[in-house]
Amino acid sequence: MHVEELRKCFPGLSQTVYGKPLVYFDNAATSMRPVQVIDKLSNLSLLKNSNIHRAVHALAAEATEEYERTREYVRAYLNAAGREEIVFTSGTTAAINLVAFCFGEAFIEEGDEIIVSEEEHHSNIVPWQMMCQRKGATLKVLPVDDEGHLRLDVLKGILTPRTKLLAVAQVSNTLGIENPIKEIVNICHSKNCLVLTDGAQGIVHTGIDVQDAGCDFYVFSGHKIYGATGTGVLYGKKELLEKMPPYMGGGEMIATVKFTGTTYAPLPGKFEAGTQNINAIPTLVPALEMAKQMSDNELVRYGKGISDYLYQALSSNSRIRLFGVPRGAEKKIPLFSFTVEGVHHEDLALILDKMGIAVRSGQMCAEPMMDRFGVTGMLRASLAPYNTMEEAESFIKSLEKAIDMLL
Amino acid sequence: METMSLEEAKNQVIEDFSLYDEWLDKYEYLIELGKNLDSYPQEARTDDRLIKGCQSRVWLDWQLKEGKIWFAADSDAIITKGIISLLISVYSGRTPQEIAADDFGFIEQIGLKENLSPTRANGLVSMIGTIKRVAAENL
Repeated sequence: MHVEELRKCFPGLSQTVYGKPLVYFDNAATSMRPVQVIDKLSNLSLLKNSNIHRAVHALAAEATEEYERTREYVRAYLNAAGREEIVFTSGTTAAINLVAFCFGEAFIEEGDEIIVSEEEHHSNIVPWQMMCQRKGATLKVLPVDDEGHLRLDVLKGILTPRTKLLAVAQVSNTLGIENPIKEIVNICHSKNCLVLTDGAQGIVHTGIDVQDAGCDFYVFSGHKIYGATGTGVLYGKKELLEKMPPYMGGGEMIATVKFTGTTYAPLPGKFEAGTQNINAIPTLVPALEMAKQMSDNELVRYGKGISDYLYQALSSNSRIRLFGVPRGAEKKIPLFSFTVEGVHHEDLALILDKMGIAVRSGQMCAEPMMDRFGVTGMLRASLAPYNTMEEAESFIKSLEKAIDMLL
Repeated sequence: METMSLEEAKNQVIEDFSLYDEWLDKYEYLIELGKNLDSYPQEARTDDRLIKGCQSRVWLDWQLKEGKIWFAADSDAIITKGIISLLISVYSGRTPQEIAADDFGFIEQIGLKENLSPTRANGLVSMIGTIKRVAAENL
């Protein structure tokens, strides 16, 4: 598929800001949505807006079918063993909070340990901190080296018989380097430690086979992979989810309710209390279909060319400090976080914005990463397969112009 | 040089801004202001002088001399520094009464707020608020 053909599916791309063509390089925060997703959302809202699983009427049946078909689609996409292992949430953050709370309730005793890596998004740090505080457990940190690689050499040393779970990103949202999840899982499992993988970035550029990777929990958001906001997925191994208590109480998650006691619905309903985001969740199907289409050879080759060009242009500029330097055959997603000597990231982002270029600036929701590298913030350009070489060239030219303005 | 009145200083800013059509050029003007701002004493870069609500760090210091308030400011981001420089160029050397009675409407006139990101616009509101507070405390 040619990139121009792909771009036709994303109306948001062909607009101007301040009279200049938009260059959208903030995809790691939220991706653009294709018409297929917009159509699904609007069709369900307009015509099939009915609560699922309960009523017997036609609309409810159709809405239920859309929702449950999505579950099956996601199951197949992740290669999970069964539909009971797929829980819908409002996003990655909600999914991690659910696991941190319920896993904590079921399995964590005072004195136990949780490990998070230093490169995690706040959403994969704070829920664990909160749980550790509540349970009297200890939060340990797996460090990152100067190039932005997880220090797997120290992992074995910090795993103890009390370490119950390690939470780690498949791909960090600041460094963009793919972590060896399978290897991490093997090391952890050999010490009876479970693994939660934050796939918010990874699902978009790498994908996952949860059975092959072996991770115990895998989470991602819909809005970063072309779906509607307020959609997310928690994959959890059935035997773990079954032992975990519910997160929220209310409708849908019950079997019977008596004042003498309530019993809970079987998986995955147990974790889906209240009316779910029933119009938006089914957008995961066209969204993930779009992601599949983007793995087309021509698009992948084209994207690789853009990525190589940007990596070259940014790493060869002596004023630019690039974070997350891939080693050998390591995969780096098209995500480039950097700082410019003597220039504040916010100033750069503001000027680039006026040039029509959307990038992210600040702490990237990863303050410990900023501290690790001794910076107050970074600038991040993150691309999707619908971005073009012309956009990349325009970004580099504009960046140089903006730096000249500021220095 | 004869000092400008507050009204004249505000009109000067409005006139300077009207010279540029494009916001990129206006930023360039703010960047120049930021670069030319009088150096700020290192020992005054303290947390109690930080303006709360700004995404980048902005320090504001002031002194009362012969009934007039004199401001000094700094920021680690240059556009922000340009904005605070513009504000203190207008309000420095005024009496607390003058500042307290002012509506800061010229900021709206130059369209600064609308052309900043929401977080920066909040920062601008905080800067104005701090200047007003300093004036009120010295009435």
